[in-house]
Amino acid sequence: MKKITSKGIKSLIRNNLVTVLFLVICSIGIPLSGYSPSYLISEIIVRLSRNSFLILSLLIPIMAGMGLNFGMTLGAMAGQIGLIFVTDWNVVGIPAMVLAIIISIPISILLGQLCGRILNKAKGREMVTSYILGFFMNGVYQLIVLYGMGSIIPIKNTSLVLPRGYGIRNTVNLIGIRRSLDSLFNLSIFGIKIPLMTFIVIALVCVFIVWFRKTKLGQDMRAVGQDMEVAASAGIQVEHTRIVSIVISTVVAGIGMIIYLQNIGTLNTYNSHTQIGMFSVAALLVGGASVSKANIGNVFLGVILFHLMFIVSPMAGKNLIGQAQLGEYFRVFVSYGVITMSLVLYEMRKKRENLANAEKLQENQGALNED
Amino acid sequence: MENITIIDRIRDFIKHFGWPRIIIGLFLLTLFVMAPFVGVNINTSLSDTLNRFGMNCVMVLAMVPMIHSGCGLNFGLPLGIIAGLLGGTLAIEFNFIGPTSFLMAMIFATPFAVIFGWGYGKLLNKVKGGEMMIATYVGFSSVAFMCMMWLLLPYSNPTMVWGYTGRGLRTTISTEGYYLHVLNDFLAIRIGEHFVFPTGMFLLFALLAFVIWAFLHSKKGTAMTAVGSNPVFARACGIDIDKTRILSVILSTWLGAIGILVYQQSFGFIQLYMGPFFMALPAVSAILIGGASVNKASITNVIVGTFLFQGILTMTPSVMNSVIQTDMSEVIRIVVSNGMILYALTRKTEATR
Repeated sequence: MKKITSKGIKSLIRNNLVTVLFLVICSIGIPLSGYSPSYLISEIIVRLSRNSFLILSLLIPIMAGMGLNFGMTLGAMAGQIGLIFVTDWNVVGIPAMVLAIIISIPISILLGQLCGRILNKAKGREMVTSYILGFFMNGVYQLIVLYGMGSIIPIKNTSLVLPRGYGIRNTVNLIGIRRSLDSLFNLSIFGIKIPLMTFIVIALVCVFIVWFRKTKLGQDMRAVGQDMEVAASAGIQVEHTRIVSIVISTVVAGIGMIIYLQNIGTLNTYNSHTQIGMFSVAALLVGGASVSKANIGNVFLGVILFHLMFIVSPMAGKNLIGQAQLGEYFRVFVSYGVITMSLVLYEMRKKRENLANAEKLQENQGALNED
Repeated sequence: MENITIIDRIRDFIKHFGWPRIIIGLFLLTLFVMAPFVGVNINTSLSDTLNRFGMNCVMVLAMVPMIHSGCGLNFGLPLGIIAGLLGGTLAIEFNFIGPTSFLMAMIFATPFAVIFGWGYGKLLNKVKGGEMMIATYVGFSSVAFMCMMWLLLPYSNPTMVWGYTGRGLRTTISTEGYYLHVLNDFLAIRIGEHFVFPTGMFLLFALLAFVIWAFLHSKKGTAMTAVGSNPVFARACGIDIDKTRILSVILSTWLGAIGILVYQQSFGFIQLYMGPFFMALPAVSAILIGGASVNKASITNVIVGTFLFQGILTMTPSVMNSVIQTDMSEVIRIVVSNGMILYALTRKTEATR
């Protein structure tokens, strides 16, 4: 009996190596940083409300077997374009957010379609392709925002435009919608503010994802994720299903970016979206997800652990070595290291499973021959 | 009748050469033609293009061995660059001066490149099929890891460490007095006022390119190509696939290390910390522009690609600036280089060439 439990723990650790590693890092880092628990909890709550929506956008492509959708940056760009227009039109508060979302959705759908089509042409290397696509579209985004806006696309608000007369400034102050969703319905427990409305919105997406899995389309997606050929022979339109999964992901990412930026309050026009994909993916992986399997629990656990590390590491670095810079590099290293490690572990597991399957097949064949 | 054959021949040529390359080539040609009319000195432009070609071509060459052995595009180039950075900083730390410092930098970089490449190759062998994504992140995480190391390693040469604390390397270190322009000035040919041919860089590149070419035609090299194009066949021939792949990764990493040293001696600065972060992408897209694909590359691809890519990089800012008074070169660079990588990734893989 005892043997079985120890084996169970071992396999639990092996299957969640990244999460366990993060627990260790955080448990070392928290006392070193010297932050109080209430500070940490309130920071974590802020970050949960800020990032969860964005990370949820990654779940559906994983379901469809397309791996981690680094192309979510495309959605983030769509969201930012929506925000720029809303700021230009001087709309404020919740209506502004709704309007920004309405503007972002058609752009997201368009970009998602494009991304889905390109990924269909690169089956088997979706991740690296979506990653490069993010860079590529960043160029197009710059072309539009830095050169197109104010010259071809009319922008009235001169405080948004660069002094040269066209192009959006590097930072856009989102004063009109700053915290509009967060402060709509606030709850305070022991002096820790909880932006209830944001969490309600996040919960709604979670409900949507749970519901979506049970629909016909969701089932199809899972079938495509399992095996494209089998799905195709079962009459599922594989390519179409894959495109739809990416479109949904992009739209959710666009809305997520708007929620993210309303919390932060300023838009770094040319930088905000570039890092979002990497951080979201890293957080999801820290939560115990893999390239082929992720659930809602992974998202929240991931945000908590990943951002705990993010908050404590500069201070821990300062207290340990005397250089906050070191802690900052450390967290960058850990973010990338986590993704590397998860990807490697995933590929190794896949290889092992393939090998085991092949062996089983051989055994079966052997048994058949003996008969 | 004759017309048809000519059209056919042109069509064949286009098919062989590929539309993106033709468009980029024509674009570059237009830039060169336009240059004199908008007041850009053609000699300076050519000289700059050649110089930048020399700076980058070894790093582009670093793509070749890994593509040959089927490891895909070497997005993990930053790992090789780090080996080069270690070599360069060590040479300065031990106060080698002038051309000797360049030689010593290469020598110091080599063991690091071999060790890193060996480990990197081992890792890539475990993840066959998913190399490119993992290579990207190996590059990123190694750069981030070295960021910490540059702060902590006990370097002490005052030209390299931060002045006020005396600890931790600076973000940029000048190579002046050490190996600045040692290759650029070696047998440099000066024609007129504005044109300088950096002979040394081209000689080194020619040497390395020849060595790689000869290697790829040797027994080991043919085995490498076999592993890349048809692993099953290679195994049947008794080739040790894993070992061959590791060898190719070591070669690529070492070329990356040498590549960054060549780059620095011309550029004048060693860029540490996040400097090497995005250096893989230009090299990857350069070889793709030259006609390579995810599993096929030659020395010609390297030369053509680097020339086209660097040509566009040098020409667009100056010409575009004069024409429309706007510097769009950054955007063009992003779109062209990443567009090229996308194009290569989305083409049907020719698994058997």
